[in-house]
Amino acid sequence: VQADGTDGNCVTFVLHDEDHTLGNALRYMVMKNPDVEFCGYCITHPSESKINFRIQTRGGLPAVEPFRKGLNDLMGVCQHVLNTFERSMKEYRAQR
Amino acid sequence: EEGGALEFDMVGIDAAIANAFRRILLAEVPTMAVEKVFVYNNTSIVQDEILAHRLGLIPIRADPRLFEYRNQGDEEGTEIDTLQFQLKIKCSRNPQAAKDSSDPNELYLNHKVYSKHMTWVPLGNQTDLFPDADFQPVHDDVLIALLRPGQEIDVLMHCVKGIGKDHAKFSPVATASYRLLPDITLLQPIEDEAAEMLQKCFSPGVIEIQNVKGKKMARVANARLDTFSREVFRHEGLKNLVRLARVRNHYIFSVESTGILPPDVLVSEAIKILMGKCQRFLNELDSVPME
Repeated sequence: VQADGTDGNCVTFVLHDEDHTLGNALRYMVMKNPDVEFCGYCITHPSESKINFRIQTRGGLPAVEPFRKGLNDLMGVCQHVLNTFERSMKEYRAQR
Repeated sequence: EEGGALEFDMVGIDAAIANAFRRILLAEVPTMAVEKVFVYNNTSIVQDEILAHRLGLIPIRADPRLFEYRNQGDEEGTEIDTLQFQLKIKCSRNPQAAKDSSDPNELYLNHKVYSKHMTWVPLGNQTDLFPDADFQPVHDDVLIALLRPGQEIDVLMHCVKGIGKDHAKFSPVATASYRLLPDITLLQPIEDEAAEMLQKCFSPGVIEIQNVKGKKMARVANARLDTFSREVFRHEGLKNLVRLARVRNHYIFSVESTGILPPDVLVSEAIKILMGKCQRFLNELDSVPME
């Protein structure tokens, strides 16, 4: 993970060994944050497995914050999906 | 759920997350598959590399969670990351065959090499680690090669853990896909012949005809079964009476496993892998000081 940018509000993260799988999901979670003015990702070159993930915040919030929050939210979503899925599988099995 | 395939609904998530799960199921859930084939003797007409390619594609029933990834550059392989299989078979003429028979099944012994001829050779302390597990290919009847008398195959195979992104043989699903739940609304009540025609336009079971006050009325019974062929728009009379749409947040996933792991375990693993990816970046964020 590398970061560069002029001030703390607008940062481009370079994520290695990632592609649309995490990029699109993370972009969606970060966009839900009302503090974020701009969020996007792109794949620099299809032969290289790395993505540029850019976050720009409104006002004085450092851009690392929405990134961290997005990751935490995504983990929360996954945890919830896992719990719901396992619960429904258990019910389905019990019912059969 | 039946026969290695699982169909389940996910309601309330977004396309990005659903697609992420699909991509992970296809490419990032690890499995064990044959990677290195040591050929001691191969006098069959199947070339060495073709034989090795075919052996790599055979699904091996081994729980990948019990093994580690092999370190890069490690040629030998230790017992925690490698499974060893042996395939040693020789074709010979059947002495008890009838004189004038032309059926190869009768004439030759061992002329078809199946995956059931692959035997597990425990490495090191694997017999202690896995006392009751018997590692073998998922299907016994995968045809690997054909032999004739005098030809033999003697190979040793090393199975390692890998992911589908590296090579498709490591993919644990036959396929994983999702579709959105169809939403069919009838804008006006449709009756009699139009109702019959409407029922034919959709897949069986989607539209049912009910008898209301002596007239036949069409009703949407089960929109889930529809395959969205849009046949209804080809008919002038019915075109404007039906609206075809998709329910936005309702995804119907269908996961078909190759047999290595049951499909519900695969889905749980995929979700855990996505969590692992997030955790990895969170850890990096915390460890690298931001300027």
